[in-house]
Amino acid sequence: MADTIATTEPAAEHELHEHVFVPQHRHHFETEQQQREAGSFGMWLFLLTEIMFFGGMFFAYLLYRNWYYDAFVVGSNQLSLPLGTANTAVLITSGFFMALSVWAAEVRKRGLLVLLLVLTTLLGIVFLGIKYVEYKEKYELHHIPGEHFDVSEFVNPAAYGITNEKPLPPDMAQKVQLYFFLYFAMTGMHALHMIIGIGLLFWLIARARRGDFSAGYVAPIENFGLYWHFVDIVWLFLFPLLYLINRHPMK
Amino acid sequence: MSESTILNLPDQSTARVPKRNFITAEDGLLSWLLTGDHKRIAMLYLISITFFFFIGGAFAGLIRLELLTPQPDLVASDTYNKFFTMHGVIMVFLFLVPSVPATLGNFLIPIMLGARDLAFPKINLLSWYLYVVGGVMVIATMVLGGVDTGWTFTTPLSTHYLNTHVITTALAIFVAGFSSIFTGLNFIVTIHRMRCPGMTWFRMPLFVWSNYAASILMVLGTPVLAISLTLVLLERVFGIGVFDPTKGGDPLLFQHLFWFYSHPAVYIMILPGMGVISEVVSTFSRKRVFGYTAVAFSSVAIALFGFFVWEHHMFIMGVSNYSALVFSLLTMLVAVPSAIKIFNWSFTLQKGSITFETPMLYAFGFMGLFTIGGLTGVFLGSLGMDIHLTETYFIVAHFHFVMVGGMLMAFLSGIHFWWPKITGRMYPEAISKLAAVVTFIGFNLTFLPQFILGYLGMPRRYHSYPPEFQILNVMSTAGATVLGIGYLMPIIYLAWSLKYGAVAGNNPWQATGLEWQIQSPPLTENFTEIPIMDHEAYDYDWLEHKTKQEVTTVG
Repeated sequence: MADTIATTEPAAEHELHEHVFVPQHRHHFETEQQQREAGSFGMWLFLLTEIMFFGGMFFAYLLYRNWYYDAFVVGSNQLSLPLGTANTAVLITSGFFMALSVWAAEVRKRGLLVLLLVLTTLLGIVFLGIKYVEYKEKYELHHIPGEHFDVSEFVNPAAYGITNEKPLPPDMAQKVQLYFFLYFAMTGMHALHMIIGIGLLFWLIARARRGDFSAGYVAPIENFGLYWHFVDIVWLFLFPLLYLINRHPMK
Repeated sequence: MSESTILNLPDQSTARVPKRNFITAEDGLLSWLLTGDHKRIAMLYLISITFFFFIGGAFAGLIRLELLTPQPDLVASDTYNKFFTMHGVIMVFLFLVPSVPATLGNFLIPIMLGARDLAFPKINLLSWYLYVVGGVMVIATMVLGGVDTGWTFTTPLSTHYLNTHVITTALAIFVAGFSSIFTGLNFIVTIHRMRCPGMTWFRMPLFVWSNYAASILMVLGTPVLAISLTLVLLERVFGIGVFDPTKGGDPLLFQHLFWFYSHPAVYIMILPGMGVISEVVSTFSRKRVFGYTAVAFSSVAIALFGFFVWEHHMFIMGVSNYSALVFSLLTMLVAVPSAIKIFNWSFTLQKGSITFETPMLYAFGFMGLFTIGGLTGVFLGSLGMDIHLTETYFIVAHFHFVMVGGMLMAFLSGIHFWWPKITGRMYPEAISKLAAVVTFIGFNLTFLPQFILGYLGMPRRYHSYPPEFQILNVMSTAGATVLGIGYLMPIIYLAWSLKYGAVAGNNPWQATGLEWQIQSPPLTENFTEIPIMDHEAYDYDWLEHKTKQEVTTVG
């Protein structure tokens, strides 16, 4: 049995896929199924490391939010809820198109696959565009932590024409800086993952156009899909944690 | 034969190292630098970690030289700080963490599982390049003027008070960390998905089990180190306040995040070494490892418990008394699976046909020194003792017993044990036994006095000390010199053996692992056909039977 696997199959595989540009079947795997399983298992493990990586920041968030709840509320109120909500919708839609892409690859529809991947990419770029608008506003308001961080607005909101905000004691107002640091670190790290993902999408689109994934070889699309959904899910945690701390509809 | 040995070499007048093997498969530097072969990548790792081991060792030598006299006479205090920081950073991140997994593990795990390669050869090569980039950055730090935070990057010292190359070093460790993540990921996927027919989980060699446990730690722990170093960098560059008490940040948060990785990291370092010892002890006592399942599960248990003890590094840092109690208890729990291993190895020896080749000598060294290191760990895990002993030389002696006495002994044991498999040639036996003994004596002379020094209250990380401690420090420095010779000897005779060593044949130790059933050095594809595992691990009857059959076929 083992003999058959070892000697005949790689040769047969080789003939079968000679027309494929990328030799998808690596020599050290016994079967293509083993290769595919190994690939997706590896991807899941990689995502596990990503969870641990983000976990460090979520832990810091948990700690400081408990200590400085008031400052976190004020910080959260500075974010634009409409933009954040819009971005959530954009990202979920992008993830939806990604899921459809996997399906399109599985049913071997080349044109559809390319189209869906392009849509996924476009929505990813839209997300980053909206994020840029939000970041720019924070920059103009001196809400970026560091030397130029300005707390006067939180100590004396009335002077800035803000009426619905309680003034914070100066030392608590300083802690808004921590909130903004976590905001920038977490969304920034998320955006970095988006940028890497969009880079990979360009590469996948080029390969999909060539027809690499419309002959039954869908592993790269599938694994990238896992990554893209992971990035989505991180955002689904970031959005309520950062934007919705004090947004009770009845208030 | 007056001296008992299981060594069984082919007739030297006719034996040749096979012409076709993974070393001769391709020529030229590029064929090595672009290789996907796990065995070649293991060799690349072996060369690079040896290089860094000797750099780290040189710093250790400088530290011991300064401590020869009570006065601060060799270097200024900040230079001394840079010495022990470089020693720690290089030894921990560039030697101990990748030592056994990336060299022996890389070489052996696919063969032990009956696979042709690791699951992701390109990622394997990438991990070596990341290691090299990390290493080059550490060297750059060294050349540019060093860093003096200690390998722990403690905040706010590292973020606010030091003006050395913290950023370069932290980035170097970040990059090297990804090298270890990729190694661990590759191992886990390979072990789950690439076992040959018949290779069930409980037929795997214990070396694979312990590397599996270490890989879990690498995959789950290292990203947390990455994020904590990222936060240090952001704090340092932008002053964002996450670890800065004046802005409401908490320096202890850094400690939690850092030790969440760095405590499991000591198990990343020791577990693969334990795997080596299981193989060596079984082979040189001709017995199946006693309580195979218990040893296998104890590796996983160490990995699991390892994640819940980090706070014992922080007992004196103002953590709550109740959490300190819990962490103290959990810390002592880790001693249980470690003791299971030591006891099981001892029972493997019992009534075994023990022979004393070099790998076995190192393994004996490991068992003794690791036991001392482990038990002193229990001292430190108990709260009252810890307050007295922490930040003294007792700690230094404790973790050097585990890391150097344990891991380095295991590494050398493994290197000698598999050297004939890797190169096809034997190392010279007599001089290597001498090296093993010299290492053992040198090690004890270096670090036993440090237990006493620490108990008497000599703090770590100072370049001067009260004159009454001098005798013990002189002993320690003398021991370090002996130890240094003990480490230089293998590199010389192993290099010599590459050309002049006796031809080893396929299975010089009469060992049972799959790696011993193929030619040495192996072919690029490891196996001409994928083997079928039809017997348990460490089945010496199977081996005897197989050898008999071979003889009849040939005759």
